[in-house]
Amino acid sequence: MNEKKEALRIEILKYIEKHSRVELGELAVLLGVEETDVVNEMAEMEKEKIICGYHTLIDWDKAGVEMVTALIEVRVTPQRDRGFDRIAERLYNYPEVYAVYLISGSYDLLVTLEGKTLKEVSRFVSEKLSPLDGVLSTATHFILKKYKDHGTIMVTKKESERIPVTL
Amino acid sequence: MRNPLSKKIVEIQPSGIRKFFDVANEMKDAISLGVGEPDFDTPWRIREEGIFSLEKGKTFYTSNAGLKELREEICRYLERKIHVSYDPVKETLITVGGSEAIDIGLRCMLDPGDEVLIPQPSYVSYLPCTVMADGIPVIVPLQYENEFKLTVEDLEKYITPKTKVLIMPFPNNPTGAIMTREDLEPVAEFIKEHDLYVMSDEIYSELTYNTEHVSIASLPGMRERTLVINGFSKGFAMTGWRLGYCCGPEVLIEQMTKLHQFAIMCAPTTSQYAAVEGLRNCDEEVTEMRKSYDQRRRFLMHEFTRMGLECFEPFGAFYVFPSIREFRMSSEEFATRLLEEEKVAVVPGTAFGECGEGFLRISYAYSLEDLKEALGRLGRFIQRIRDEHE
Repeated sequence: MNEKKEALRIEILKYIEKHSRVELGELAVLLGVEETDVVNEMAEMEKEKIICGYHTLIDWDKAGVEMVTALIEVRVTPQRDRGFDRIAERLYNYPEVYAVYLISGSYDLLVTLEGKTLKEVSRFVSEKLSPLDGVLSTATHFILKKYKDHGTIMVTKKESERIPVTL
Repeated sequence: MRNPLSKKIVEIQPSGIRKFFDVANEMKDAISLGVGEPDFDTPWRIREEGIFSLEKGKTFYTSNAGLKELREEICRYLERKIHVSYDPVKETLITVGGSEAIDIGLRCMLDPGDEVLIPQPSYVSYLPCTVMADGIPVIVPLQYENEFKLTVEDLEKYITPKTKVLIMPFPNNPTGAIMTREDLEPVAEFIKEHDLYVMSDEIYSELTYNTEHVSIASLPGMRERTLVINGFSKGFAMTGWRLGYCCGPEVLIEQMTKLHQFAIMCAPTTSQYAAVEGLRNCDEEVTEMRKSYDQRRRFLMHEFTRMGLECFEPFGAFYVFPSIREFRMSSEEFATRLLEEEKVAVVPGTAFGECGEGFLRISYAYSLEDLKEALGRLGRFIQRIRDEHE
């Protein structure tokens, strides 16, 4: 891939990471390139799974919807030839599992889980997660408040205090 | 009772469009594109460093010229950015914003009757500071046809044997014009030929697009006749911290430091510690802000083209300076009507000198959402005036 194309891709990605709903014509203006270039690169990157989706960051709390998020530390025994992949797969296929990461340090997998109630989450841990072959132990942490999520500060931001007209 | 005021201060005219400003600043529901400072908060690591310095009890005066480690960082930064090396001890002074450096610089350079060439449109403080320093301000009107760059032809009309100082206000507030190396070279030759000094106000240097900022001090033979003024307000989004600096010939910096010592003591200590962090570790934040301004700049130019509003493409600061001459009304009239009818505040070009007549300064230190809304209203307004004229 030539340098210019690479640079354009990175500029596009950086922009849409924060503003996924931008119109492509407008994005082209902002980046100072032709709209067709933006359209083509976006299509290619979608096909290459560089762009994995266009999701929305929602403050469920504000929406008045009960939502419990848990971070679960999981210690597992890796399997010969397959390492942690098989057990990770067993976990990430559950729809209520939000994310699964392999982690360095004192445990192996970090699983984030979204459930409607504490009960739902604890049932998942005791009925699905803990009994899995290879799972040695789990430690579940519930999120009490999201201050910042996906790079966005979730608590209300202050009003601008700039004087409207200055020279 | 005697009049407490000097004739000098009374004779300095307040900005002629103050009334417009008062109205604009009172109108709470208006969208403003009139601001002369960044919309970004100061990068957190800079703020945090300021807080940390307070926690450590760093609340005393610094040396008059400013923290030595800050002066050293500034010299390294300038070496990197404009490729001119200065001595942090003898050739660098930390000031209260760039504005203090403008004021004391002129007071240290001028004798009564010395003339100062001030290209306009430009920032409003050069003229009164010249007058307070007993100098004679000589306005050099810049031309739209030259995209408001300064040319030797402009200078030739106003140079006299009494001319001592030339102000170089680039990247320019309000026009957004920049001077490239090619633009600066003939000006530098002219300066040397006429044995002038230059006060180069480079406060917007970090906000240069599509090309690198070039300081006139970096041209051959110019370092020893140039006072470079810069600061943290614009590039580092630190307006309220009031921190600027200047670098130049030792003889000048020495006298400026003397005056600064008597008038100011030292620049704010907290700001100085915070700025050290800014120069050491904030390249990425500064780059991101610049990119963001550049995107908005492109957006505005695109919108102007679409609505048929005449504007040269500026490559500096965060202003565009469209022409409204086709509407046959004064800048102030246009701005007043725009404010009243569409509740959008912009600054009439005349705020920056008479030759700003026929232009508006539009700031893009705003979110894209705000810019879109404001430009929608501006477009509607322009259409209405065009219809009126038909």
